[in-house]
Amino acid sequence: MPIQEKDVVWIEEPELSFWEQTFLPAVAGGLKVAIKHTIEQHSVTEQYPEQKPDLPLNYRGVHRLNRDEQGRVRCVACMMCATACPAHCISIVAEDASADWPDRDKRPQSFVLDELRCIFCGMCEEACPCDAIELTSIYNLTGQNREQMTFDKDKLLSIYDQTKDNPRDPIRTHRGRLGCASELERQPISATSAKPPEGPRAKKS
Amino acid sequence: MPTVTVNGKEVSIGDSERLNCIQAAKRADIEIPHYCWHPALTVVASCRMCLVEVGDKKPDGTVAMVPRVVPGCQTPVKDGTVIVTNSAKVKQAQAATLEYLLLNHPLDCPTCDQAGECFLQDYTYKFGHMQSRLMEPKELKPDKDYIGDQITLFTDRCVMCTRCVRFTREISGTGELQVINRGDREEIDIFPGLPVNNKLAGNVVDICPVGALCSKDFLYKQRVWWLKSADSVCPDCSAGCSIKVDQNNETVFRLKPRSNPQAQGDFMCDDGRFGWKYIHSEERLKRPEMSQGDRRVAVDWDTALTATRNALKDAATKNSKAVAAVLSPWMTVEEAYLLAKHLKSLSPDVRLALGPVRIEGQDDHYPKDVRGNATDKPKFTIRAEKCPNRRGVEAVLQHFQGSIINIGDILSDAAEGRIDTLYFVGGDPRGGLEDSHAAALAKVKMLIVQDILPSPVSARAHIVLAGGSFAEREGTFVNQAGLAQAIKRSIRSPEEARPDGRILWDLSVRKGLFNAGVFRNEIAHEIPALAGLSGELHGSGALLK
Repeated sequence: MPIQEKDVVWIEEPELSFWEQTFLPAVAGGLKVAIKHTIEQHSVTEQYPEQKPDLPLNYRGVHRLNRDEQGRVRCVACMMCATACPAHCISIVAEDASADWPDRDKRPQSFVLDELRCIFCGMCEEACPCDAIELTSIYNLTGQNREQMTFDKDKLLSIYDQTKDNPRDPIRTHRGRLGCASELERQPISATSAKPPEGPRAKKS
Repeated sequence: MPTVTVNGKEVSIGDSERLNCIQAAKRADIEIPHYCWHPALTVVASCRMCLVEVGDKKPDGTVAMVPRVVPGCQTPVKDGTVIVTNSAKVKQAQAATLEYLLLNHPLDCPTCDQAGECFLQDYTYKFGHMQSRLMEPKELKPDKDYIGDQITLFTDRCVMCTRCVRFTREISGTGELQVINRGDREEIDIFPGLPVNNKLAGNVVDICPVGALCSKDFLYKQRVWWLKSADSVCPDCSAGCSIKVDQNNETVFRLKPRSNPQAQGDFMCDDGRFGWKYIHSEERLKRPEMSQGDRRVAVDWDTALTATRNALKDAATKNSKAVAAVLSPWMTVEEAYLLAKHLKSLSPDVRLALGPVRIEGQDDHYPKDVRGNATDKPKFTIRAEKCPNRRGVEAVLQHFQGSIINIGDILSDAAEGRIDTLYFVGGDPRGGLEDSHAAALAKVKMLIVQDILPSPVSARAHIVLAGGSFAEREGTFVNQAGLAQAIKRSIRSPEEARPDGRILWDLSVRKGLFNAGVFRNEIAHEIPALAGLSGELHGSGALLK
C-alpha cells in the first residue's frame, strides 16, 4: 500500500538550551571518555587467525542456495533477489520445471552470483519469497582469480550442504508470513486444522 | 454537447460518440477497473469488476441515482449521466469482486510471467482486500500445456473474463477456444485436437488480463519490469501495425501490439510477433568489408565509406548513365531520401530503382468463417506485400526522378554490362533477390551492398556496408494506406554494424548527427507528397494525402 498522509508523523528538531549552545558540557563529556580510556587500559584486539572471531548471529557472509525436502534447489527463479540486488551481482536464467517436477512451474537453469560484486547487504535474502537464498556466517572468502569468486548454482548448493548443520546458520525461514492468504494469525484456530489438498500441486499456493 | 459527470467532474463527449461508463470516466482521468470489457470485443459484463453507481441529472438540477450498482461497461452514457466510482457502495462491490476472483487464484506471482503487468495484482493493490478470508484449501485446476503451438494455459490463474474466447470468435473468427463446464468448475479449453494455431493466436496472450495465457516464446525469459519499451512499427508487411519493442540489455525479448485506431487497431499477427528473431542472428553482417583480390577483408568505417564515396563520385563523373542504385522497400523514408539526394547531387542521370517487393500469397482478412473464408467486414488484415515502406520509398523516388524504375530493368541492363557501379540496399530478412537474379550482377565493376544479413547479392559485393535492423534504426515507415509512423531505436546494432541512417548521413558528408525527428521536417518541406511528415509524429502517426 502506498504511504497515506495520515500515517506520516512530522517531528521538529528539539531546541538547544543555553548550555547546549555553548558546547561546553559536550566537550567535558568527551574529555571524560578520553581520560577514562587512558586510565583503564584493557586490550580489545583479537588475535586473528589464531583466535576466531565471535560473530553476531545475524552476520552476513557468503551466500548459499537452500535445498527443499526432496534435495532439489529451493529457488523458483522468480528473480526477486536479482531485482532487489543493489550491486547487480545475481544473474539467473530460468527454465520450465513442470516436465520433471510436477509440483513446480519454474526453476533456475543457471544461478550465478558474483561474490566480488556483492556488497553483502542481505537484500536478496529479504526479497526471497521461498527462503532459497541465505547469507551464511562464512566470512573468510578467498579465491585466486575472478572465476573462483563467481559462484554458480552447484557451488552455492554445496555451501548449503557444508553449513546446514552448523548451529550458527539455521534456515531462517519466514514461511507462513509470505503474503495475505498465508497469513494465519488473524484467523480462528480451526482454520489451521484444514488439511492441505492431496496431490503434488498443493504447494503452489 | 453532452456532458457527463464523473465523481463530480464534468466531461464533454462528442455528439455522435457512443461511450460506456469506463470510456467516459477515462476522459475524466478516472480509472474504472475492468477485466472482461475490451474496446475491440463485444460486451458481456460478466466479470463484475466495473460496478459503479449511475444516475441521471434532471433538467431541474436534481440527480436521480439508480438504487444499485451497475456494470459500467454495459451502461451507455448520455447527456446528464452521473457516474460515481468512489462511494462506499462501489468500493465495497469492487473489493468483494476481487476477493471472490482471488478465492481460488494461486498466489504464485513470483513464478508467474504476468507479474508486473497483471491487472489482478494492480487492482488488488488499488481496490482489493489485503487478506484472504478463505479457510478451505484452494481449488487448483491442472495446467494445459498445449492449447496452441505458441500458447500455454495456466488454468488455475484464469479469472474467466472470456476475452480470449470472444477474440477467437469475433476477431480471428476461428473459434478454437471455449468455456467448458459451469460454476466453479468453469475452464477455458479447446476442442480436442483443434489447438489455437491461427495467425492471430498470439493476441490472446496480450488480451489476457492475468497470467493464464502465456506465450511459450517469452515464457520465463525475462521479468517484465526489466523490459524497456520503444514505440515502433512492425516491418513484416505493409499493414504497418503499431508495436512496442521490449528489450533489456540490448536484447529484444518480445514485440507487442500498440493500440492505434489509425493503423491496425489493437492487435498484430503472429508472423510479425515472432518474426523478429533474425535481428539477433549470428549470421548478421557485423562490420564493413571490402574485397581485396579474391578475398573479402574487414575494414573500418572510414575506409569503407571513403571508398564508397570516391567510387560513386568517380563513376558519376566518368559515365553517370552507368551508375544506378536499388532502394529497398525496407528503408525508411529518411534513408531513401538521403541516398537519393546524394546520388542525384552527383549527377541527375544516376538511375534509382525500387528494390524487390516481396509478395506472398493474397491479403489475409480476418475474421474467417467456419470454412476459413474471409467474411465481408474484415477487422484485421495481414497484407501480402511483405515490406513495410514501399509507399514511402516510392514517394522519394517519384520526387527525385519523376518515375519509378523497376528492378528488372536494372538487372537486365547489368546483365548486358551497361551498369558499372551499383549501390544496392537490401534489408529483406529473407534475403531479397534470388541467386539466379543476383547472377545478373556479375558484370557490375563496383557493387556496393548495404544490408543486414548475407544474401546472394552481398556475396558478390565489392564493398559491404553492415546496416541495422528495424529495432536499431530511427525513421518513418509509410504503410499501404499512406499512414506515416515513426520507428524508434530500441537496441544498438551488433558489433560494428551501424543503423542505415547514420551510414548514409556519413556517406553524403552532412554536418552533425543523423536525427530522424529533425530530418523528417526537412523532407516534409522539400517533397510535397510527404508534407504530412512535418512537425512531431505522434504515436498514432500521420495520414499522408
